Amino acid sequence: MGLRDLTAAGQIAAIRAGETSSAELVEAHLAAIAADDVDAFLAVDAEGARARAREIDAMPERPPLAGVPIGIKDALSVRDVVTTSGSRMLEGFRPVYTATCVARLEAAGAVVVGKTNMDEFAMGSSTENSAFKNTLNPWDHGRVPGGSSGGSAAAVAERQVPWSLGSDTGGSIRQPAALCGIVGMKPTYGAISRYGLIAFASSLDQVGPFARSVEDAALLLRHTVGRDPMDSTSLDWPGEISTPTATDLSGMRVGVVDELMGEGIEPGVRAAVDAALGTVEELGGTVVPVSLPSALSGLATYYVLAPAECSANLARFDGVRYGPVAPAANLLDQYETTRGDLFGPEVKRRIMLGTFALASGYYDQYYGRAQRVRTLMVREFADAFEKVDLLVSPTSPTVAFPLGDRTADPYAMYMADVCTIPVSLAGLPAISIPCGLSDGLPVGLQLAGPAFSENALLGAAHALEGALAFDTRPPGLVT
Amino acid sequence: MSAHEPVIGVEIHVQLSTRTKMFCGCELSFGDPPNTHTCPVCLAHPGVLPVVNEEAVRRALLIGLALGCEIAPRSIFHRKNYFYPDLPKAYQISQFDIPICGRGEFRALREDGSELVVGITRAHLEEDAAKLTHAGGRRAGAAESVVDFNRGGTPLVEIVTEPDLRSPSDVALFLRQLRQTLLFLGVSDCSMEEGSMRADANVSIRPVGSQELGTKTELKNMNSFRFLERGIEAEIARQEEIVAAGGRVSQETVHYEPDTGHITSLRSKEESHDYRYFPEPDLVPIAPDPAWVEELRAGLPELPLPLRMRMVGEMGLSAEDAEVLTERPELVAYFMEAAALADPKACANWIRGELRAQLREVGVEPWQSKVTPAHVAALVGLLDAGTVTVPAAKEVLAEVIASGGDPADVVESKGLGAMDEGDLAAIVAEIIAANPDQAQQLRDGKDKVIGFFVGQAMKGTGGRADPQSVQRLVREAVRGD
Repeated sequence: MGLRDLTAAGQIAAIRAGETSSAELVEAHLAAIAADDVDAFLAVDAEGARARAREIDAMPERPPLAGVPIGIKDALSVRDVVTTSGSRMLEGFRPVYTATCVARLEAAGAVVVGKTNMDEFAMGSSTENSAFKNTLNPWDHGRVPGGSSGGSAAAVAERQVPWSLGSDTGGSIRQPAALCGIVGMKPTYGAISRYGLIAFASSLDQVGPFARSVEDAALLLRHTVGRDPMDSTSLDWPGEISTPTATDLSGMRVGVVDELMGEGIEPGVRAAVDAALGTVEELGGTVVPVSLPSALSGLATYYVLAPAECSANLARFDGVRYGPVAPAANLLDQYETTRGDLFGPEVKRRIMLGTFALASGYYDQYYGRAQRVRTLMVREFADAFEKVDLLVSPTSPTVAFPLGDRTADPYAMYMADVCTIPVSLAGLPAISIPCGLSDGLPVGLQLAGPAFSENALLGAAHALEGALAFDTRPPGLVT
Repeated sequence: MSAHEPVIGVEIHVQLSTRTKMFCGCELSFGDPPNTHTCPVCLAHPGVLPVVNEEAVRRALLIGLALGCEIAPRSIFHRKNYFYPDLPKAYQISQFDIPICGRGEFRALREDGSELVVGITRAHLEEDAAKLTHAGGRRAGAAESVVDFNRGGTPLVEIVTEPDLRSPSDVALFLRQLRQTLLFLGVSDCSMEEGSMRADANVSIRPVGSQELGTKTELKNMNSFRFLERGIEAEIARQEEIVAAGGRVSQETVHYEPDTGHITSLRSKEESHDYRYFPEPDLVPIAPDPAWVEELRAGLPELPLPLRMRMVGEMGLSAEDAEVLTERPELVAYFMEAAALADPKACANWIRGELRAQLREVGVEPWQSKVTPAHVAALVGLLDAGTVTVPAAKEVLAEVIASGGDPADVVESKGLGAMDEGDLAAIVAEIIAANPDQAQQLRDGKDKVIGFFVGQAMKGTGGRADPQSVQRLVREAVRGD
């Protein structure tokens, strides 16, 4: 087993044991990125990473993360490193500041090696909306890695980094984690500062970890959560994210969401999830059916609220203060040409949808109504968690689909997030872990809990991970 | 008399003089080089978030409390969307349906002593836009425009009144007294010229006796009370002309050109923006602790109107004295300190009269000068005791302004004390003897000539003669002749 096969926790232990160094690990991963055949990265900061690794190796006392490399979704601002959010609108843009969550990880001793590919402005479920390139699924290069954080997921599955950060608005961490056979977590809304995360839909966006083990996800979470004075919506984290050690689910009541197990769920996915539910019971958990009627309205609600917010969030991109600008005769022409030329079709579609939903005369019918459904959904989840400790469902209704399969059909693409969106709308934490294969492709199991239940979720995920013993190595991968 | 009456409401934007901006840590600055007080947040770089300035919230609450507004237990911010180069996010963070300060009422005092009551609709917090400068000074057709983001993000409170005003002069009166109140609260510099206080007026007319509102026009951004008053006058006249000619007033934004007195149309409301307001997801609601609000309420300074009423009622000042002295909170403090030591009415006269007149020449306000309130009280005391004459007192004051010396010492060292009655009588006798013609005129009943004798006596005594005494002595001497 090579260095790159180690989990992040394993790599930290190896460094501490003197078996390797940050410099050696960074070099090994940079080499893997250079030999990349899944196109996971948009920008690689080889020199910066090497310099930082040397610095950490020279420290008399190593920081907690000891100099292990990490990949950062291109939606997160990293000072002086090109940050595009997958858009031509920010081609070549070098931010003047670093996102709080990235700064915290750097301070804890993580080494940023580069920025990962994504759907433009995090809008998409396959990473095919990236303005720059497609990322391939490490399990099958003819298929998508999921999205929008597809680069972060593929890079971890491909062992180009042991872990990475993504962002999740309606499923953008959990769904690609599922499709790439790794662990991905969206924490409680407010758990991780959004300062420096290029906004898609502010009331839904959350940063979170990708990893090849539940333990690594917990470790990454531990070093990113907590109140940030730069983000008013960030929260004081109660206590600490602990290292998950649970090996059973005794006494745990596990709810299966009826509405997310029926129509639209691929048989292979359904079978893998059913098998995982069997494992839940073997581990001492009780499986009970739960109904969340409003979950079926999730997609419709989301596709009013998220575009509404994005129509305002993306209005700042006008070519005036940063990024490329289209030549124009006057101001209006400059706005129109710059935005017309540099935004991709999916981004434009959502800006138009959102603008319409907020228009005077339509506001109440669309935005107002969607907010009311969202409130209802929050209540239904709260009621459900009176009866069960956690809720499970498939993460994605299907396994990874072929590249190009859904690009012409936005609605089919939107369906990829049908299971993840309700949790996002309720602002709750959820984790996706690989639970099996369907036709040789990974299937993800989503576990969701009440607000701030991350420790319990990670514990349950850890117990299941042990029992399911899923091999995260894509077939044919050479390390 | 016109068959129509004007109906006017105003919207006032007040820049809060906080140390930092509304949603970031940049310092507020006036007159610094352009774009030197900016950061990723106020330049709307990708990924940044706003954080509410607590001091701005405190000041908004003070304004609300002073205007008798209902304070919302929980208010929220909204995004107001529009594209313009002075707005880097392309939305302004403002408040919409739940402002921090709800309904209130402002009372102003007219010169004739009658009260003007203006309903306050709301007062809300928002951020200012950046400053645009158009080459050639005009927006339309400018070859180029430049943006200074120093001002972008300055905290603003927008105060909106009910359409309760009925004349341009009442609008000016209301705004002056509102400004005074804001100055007393210490929340803003309230400079119309520098734009830290800006007012727009919504103007309509309706037949006298009607309760319905006519179509209103919005008169934008006047940079002085005088221009605003004149602008409203001009707009009312324009609307009356339209109606008289059988036309209808259309809803639009208009601008008053002070140079020509003309009203021009800026834009029609029909092509106005749809701002697509929606709740700002990056901010949590403002929910001020009720105990804090009560603390602020209890700590409010004495406001101009009650203060003026007290000055007139308890201290014997005229309404005009009271208005002048309450112009600035510093002046109030200055006067109050003097009035505690000597006759308030006399102190008021000296401060608003001679002291300000003399200080104006050196460009200094009383509280900035070497003349302390105690000096003013001392001077009033000297006059009251007959130790100095009025002309001599003015001279004493000039010396105190220059040196900061004690008035009694100045009287002593400069020999400015009033003359002994016997010495003055002797001088008067000399003057009468030297001017027999004028003395005869006085005997003949030409009373005006008395001024000549007073003037001569002042000249002869270097101003130490009390003019009243001179008059009396001259009359006595002439009559007894």
